[in-house]
Amino acid sequence: MVDNLKNPSSEVSVPKFGFFPRELEDEAIYIMREVVAQFEKPVLLFSGGKDSITLVRLAQKAFYPGKIPFPLLHVDTGHNFPETVEFRDWLAKETGAELIVRYVQDSINQGKVKEESGKYASRNALQTVTLLDAIEEFKFDACIGGARRDEEKARAKERIFSVRDDFGQWDAKRQRPELFDMLNGRIAIGENVRVFPISNWTELDVWNYIKEEEMAIPSIYYSHKRQVIQRDGMLWADSEFLNKDADEIPFEETVRFRTVGDMTCTAAVASEAIELDDIIGEILSAEISERGARIDDKRSEAAMEKRKQQGYF
Amino acid sequence: MDILRIATAGSVDDGKSTLIGRLLYETKSITRDKIEALEAASKRKGLDFLDLSLLTDGLIAEREQGITIDVANIYFSTPKRKYIIADTPGHFEYTRNMVTGASNTKVSMILVDARNGVLEQTFRHFFISSMLRIPKVIVCVNKMDLVGYSEERFNEIKDAVQALADKVSFEGQEITFIPMSSLYGQNLSTQSTEMPWFTGAPLLEELEETNFDEIKKPARFPVQFVVRPKTEEFHDYRGYAGKISSGSFSVGDEITVLPTGQNSKIATIEKFGTQLEKAGAKESVVITLETDVDVSRGNMLVKSTSTLEPLKEITARICWMDSKPLISGKTYILQHGINDSKAKVIALNNKIDVVNQDTIVDAVSELKLNEIGEIVLKTAKPIFADKYEYNPANGAFILVDDQTNSTVGVGFVL
Repeated sequence: MVDNLKNPSSEVSVPKFGFFPRELEDEAIYIMREVVAQFEKPVLLFSGGKDSITLVRLAQKAFYPGKIPFPLLHVDTGHNFPETVEFRDWLAKETGAELIVRYVQDSINQGKVKEESGKYASRNALQTVTLLDAIEEFKFDACIGGARRDEEKARAKERIFSVRDDFGQWDAKRQRPELFDMLNGRIAIGENVRVFPISNWTELDVWNYIKEEEMAIPSIYYSHKRQVIQRDGMLWADSEFLNKDADEIPFEETVRFRTVGDMTCTAAVASEAIELDDIIGEILSAEISERGARIDDKRSEAAMEKRKQQGYF
Repeated sequence: MDILRIATAGSVDDGKSTLIGRLLYETKSITRDKIEALEAASKRKGLDFLDLSLLTDGLIAEREQGITIDVANIYFSTPKRKYIIADTPGHFEYTRNMVTGASNTKVSMILVDARNGVLEQTFRHFFISSMLRIPKVIVCVNKMDLVGYSEERFNEIKDAVQALADKVSFEGQEITFIPMSSLYGQNLSTQSTEMPWFTGAPLLEELEETNFDEIKKPARFPVQFVVRPKTEEFHDYRGYAGKISSGSFSVGDEITVLPTGQNSKIATIEKFGTQLEKAGAKESVVITLETDVDVSRGNMLVKSTSTLEPLKEITARICWMDSKPLISGKTYILQHGINDSKAKVIALNNKIDVVNQDTIVDAVSELKLNEIGEIVLKTAKPIFADKYEYNPANGAFILVDDQTNSTVGVGFVL
């Protein structure tokens, strides 16, 4: 390859710690308030990950001294890390927010979805059905999610108010233009809107915010010892849900998780980060991207966009 | 840390995606796994160099067509500030995206291919940047490597662009020209080694040094939400939540509630329980008043010294964004900030022929997708807007089609 990138870039240094642009918080709070004003039955989709924990914090701030005026919905795949589920229950209690949990296992029992098989089996794709059922059950018209545009190319073009049809489908061509800060949440019956208040945040912004706000996060984000296997150049957490080949023998490693999804589709990274500053330092060194640790995204280059069209976030 | 929002515009193939990719690369915003993916993708395409444009060319449909078709948001930061680039396509059909991407931004980066010089698109980009009153325009004369890094060629283009700009630029708008090669990183984050004749700053330095004197704008606070917890602790609490759109408010300020015209004084300005003395534009706060006045969502608090007249007939410049044309006589929903009203188009005064450089066509019957024109709207209830030119943050609105719920146009109050 011709090296067209040899121009020195060493003079540009990476951002230092502790710089959270407060304008992002103001923008997210504004969006939260618009949701409550424009919709009848909003819900916050809570995954237990740092992004949805950030959303809960923003919701607290947006309506203070009132309470969070919408419930949190968690789609429990049954393959969540136990630490995440424990944290979820604690946070709901702490904030006084109403918590609704719906189970992928129920969708499987109802015969609506079929458990995947093989060594890459995961319930990640299955949760879409459980989510759409919950939206229908409670007649939610706005679902607040923690997706960020910096995560993945298909998300870079996502709107703040993203209109979905009855089937939860996303159509890039049907998205409304968003001008200035004006949000148009008008929808027909049966449609709903996915709302992304932290669209403009990067992973680094989220961590800086967590640090400056002194927020609690699930313990698996910090370095700990865990049984893992090596597969496709990544570390997979060993659990009863992971289908292993005979030669995939678990071993102990000091790891942490950079993103929190299911135990079957979230890779761990070897890490000694025991404090927030260590985590931020790791991100700044930019060795691997956040979604690079998402096994399901690696299935194909256009994986995310395809799942999005089907009603996933 | 502040945020600088930038809009980019260019024609097909003028190297915009490469420029953005290179900027990300040089600010170390690309992780190692992404660079590896890029190497693989470049090889698959049979290229013998790293194609940085692949970093930002997103959707499947786009990849098939090989062009960018929507607004993409791209992020990077330096120790000084966070940058958000709204990457908007330069296609003729997509004026709507360009206007969308450029709303909110303070800097417009317009790309010109050094081989092709000024195109029809270049004027369109300038026109839109000026219509939106973007205070700074950076003209990136790209692909200088393909014209032998010629100073003469750069000056030719500069003169031609300046002539276009003179037609639409407004007082106070700053225009900067930079010769560059995105492919070889000339004048991106470091001074070009190939163009010693250029004494200006490279692009990144230009962006880092950009600061805007926030000219004193009138204080406007649209009320989004009334906070009434009705708990024991906050039994009689009544606060008004919103984001200040322009100017600033301080505790003790005399305010007027629009549209009722009632007056009161600011008792507190709060952010999650923290009491502030003063808050400014773009801050989300809760304001409480000293006296009991009737305030609900959609109302606006203004300082009594700079209040607003109600508008029931609005003359505005419109950019149309829907495949169904705007028709005189039709009623739409007008959304101004967070407030809305039914609004009927009572006159379509003219249409601006952007292609033929700003000539005005009178007596038109409709405005089609991507067309820009002047209309008069009659609203069902009073709207409290400033002239866009005077206070952009309170001078724009959108039009919504009540049959499809789509956002069909954006207006700028004249």
